Amino acid sequence: MTTIIDIGMNHLTAPVELRECLAGDDAKLVSVLSFMRESELIREGIFISTCNRVESLFTTDSPHDAREAVISMFARLGSIPEKDFISNSYVLEDMDAVAHIFRVASSLDSMVVGEPQILGQIKEAYHRASLMEKTTGVVLNRLMHRAFHTAKRVRTETGISESAVSVSYAAVELAKKFFYGLEGRKVLLIGAGEMAELAARHLLGHGIAELLVANRSFDKAVQVADLFHGRAILFEEIGRYMNETDIVITSTGAREYIVTSDMVRKSTRERRNRPLFLIDIAVPRDVDPAVNKLANTYVYDIDDLSAVVQENSAQRRDEAVKAERIVQEEVIKFERWMKTLDIVPTITALKENTEALRRAEIERSLPALGQLTESQLQAVEMLTVSLTDKLINDPILALKSQAGRAGRDSFLDAARKLFNLDADGQKRN
Amino acid sequence: MADIFFAIALFLILISTGGFIVYLAKQQNKIFYLACITLFAGFLFHTLFFASRYYVLGVAPIFSLKSSLSFFAWCITGVYLIFHVRFRLRVLGSFAAPLAAVLMIISSLIPGVEDGVNPILRSAWFLIHVVTIFIGNGIFAITFISAVMYLIQEGQIKRKTLGSFYKRLPSLETLDSINHHSIIYGFPFLTVGMITGAIYALNALGSYWRWDPKEVWTLITWLGYAMLLHERLAAGWRGRKAAIMSIICFSILIFTFLAGSIWLSSYHTFNNLGAGAGL
Repeated sequence: MTTIIDIGMNHLTAPVELRECLAGDDAKLVSVLSFMRESELIREGIFISTCNRVESLFTTDSPHDAREAVISMFARLGSIPEKDFISNSYVLEDMDAVAHIFRVASSLDSMVVGEPQILGQIKEAYHRASLMEKTTGVVLNRLMHRAFHTAKRVRTETGISESAVSVSYAAVELAKKFFYGLEGRKVLLIGAGEMAELAARHLLGHGIAELLVANRSFDKAVQVADLFHGRAILFEEIGRYMNETDIVITSTGAREYIVTSDMVRKSTRERRNRPLFLIDIAVPRDVDPAVNKLANTYVYDIDDLSAVVQENSAQRRDEAVKAERIVQEEVIKFERWMKTLDIVPTITALKENTEALRRAEIERSLPALGQLTESQLQAVEMLTVSLTDKLINDPILALKSQAGRAGRDSFLDAARKLFNLDADGQKRN
Repeated sequence: MADIFFAIALFLILISTGGFIVYLAKQQNKIFYLACITLFAGFLFHTLFFASRYYVLGVAPIFSLKSSLSFFAWCITGVYLIFHVRFRLRVLGSFAAPLAAVLMIISSLIPGVEDGVNPILRSAWFLIHVVTIFIGNGIFAITFISAVMYLIQEGQIKRKTLGSFYKRLPSLETLDSINHHSIIYGFPFLTVGMITGAIYALNALGSYWRWDPKEVWTLITWLGYAMLLHERLAAGWRGRKAAIMSIICFSILIFTFLAGSIWLSSYHTFNNLGAGAGL
């Protein structure tokens, strides 16, 4: 029996320092995927790594051992003690894992719920695993496609994604209420999250002069700065650059305030009271709310921005409930499909299918045979039964021989397609 | 003849005020253009009124509360129209036009005969004195309006209660820059007005400074604006602080104008400037 397992950490379970240990440069990505391909314990695998999360999704027949193997692999990869990794990560099995991946793809698990980048990042991770590293098979292929389908449904059927897009839109609109125009302004990005990148992209579209990027890991800062033709600065330099900037966007995963009242007050004199607009997208917040009390300084956090979009939180909750329902529906559908992907149900379905076929054919043919005696009827019965039994005997043996083998899932999948065993199920999908 | 010009001007400015208020609510460009053109037409008639008065009297026709309120309104309208060309700030009209209209209505309600003129006023210095002072006042009225708009906008943004003004008011930086520029433009007018006043006083009264209450209060106003200008240019004052200060300065200015003209006993009091009154 195939078990789906997801081991991961996100902005809620792990501090940014730990996530950064595993967050993906290309070499790490390749080494994780090749580990998955070569491991005896793991059948299929995908590795997703973004600024805010690390997810390793795989299928296995021996869940316990595979889990241990993956955890120790991650500990080695990030050079972190195994117990640190365990205490900051989550392990989800089967439908819990499926629901989780559906939620992640639908951006329900994001730091900024509804932000659109995550789906693209997952698609890229899947592309990498399926086409380049060839680590996916029937189960994960189907799982990922259902995840994309779920994400699409959540996007079109609920207002969740609109709110994220409009938040960055609102940030830009609001900035226009401070500044005569955005041309020539300097923007400082603290923390290189998905949402911050979205807001930065929006601002760049309005002709800002320069973008500074500060991040705890300087590599990442350089990476993002390159993306937007900006300049990377050290995390420790934030205070110094504060007096040059007009707009600050913060989105780190830090638990304490990054931008403090003191820091801003110190820069006020040097900036000659030029207005400073701080957009705090992080949850928990990066900017001390007391900063808003300083003159010519305005702090808007994610709730304030949502309020600007005139969305009340009750409405947002309703949309979240709707999205959750869509995820549950899709999980149930997937679970139904997973159950068929086993030897016993497949053999049963095959037998039932041929039996139904045989009965239908007899009923059709009987009138043409005229008046038959009891023994003749029995002979017809015997003939057809032994014919169908013999026809499906070899396929059944072949299926049974696959038990416990690596190619079983795709074998089963092929069998179900050849004998058209999912006809009803597919219509229902 | 002059009365007809004034009536037409008042009529046009009232219509324009209505237009500006509708524009504030509806935000339709067409209404704005109509209001703006009407205001300009009103301004022209108002100018004709002053020109014909000057022709008849032979002195600057600004020596009573009635006429100075009217001239104050003329200055505000004129300054607004110039600022509109410079800044294209439409919402300013919705504040400036009503202010001008109110001043004109008050002026028209004050009974007065302005036929006899004290010969002492027949001086070019007097003309320059009153005109520059009032142009300065008109510019400072715009400073005041922009400061009020700034505080409304800033308050709403800071408290995060973005009300109906949020969409209609321009950016804080725009308002602050209007505040800044209008002080820079207004201050020289006030200064020149005071200097020419002193020269006129020297010629007409024998001494350039007489510790008259209006003189003292004008000096206080001037010091207020001087301080604001200095803080803005040297210490980098901006935004809220500068807005509050310019509102305080304008309040002193209005106090000086009204109290100095009506209650405080001085030779600036208008009833002393009329016919027959000694100085």
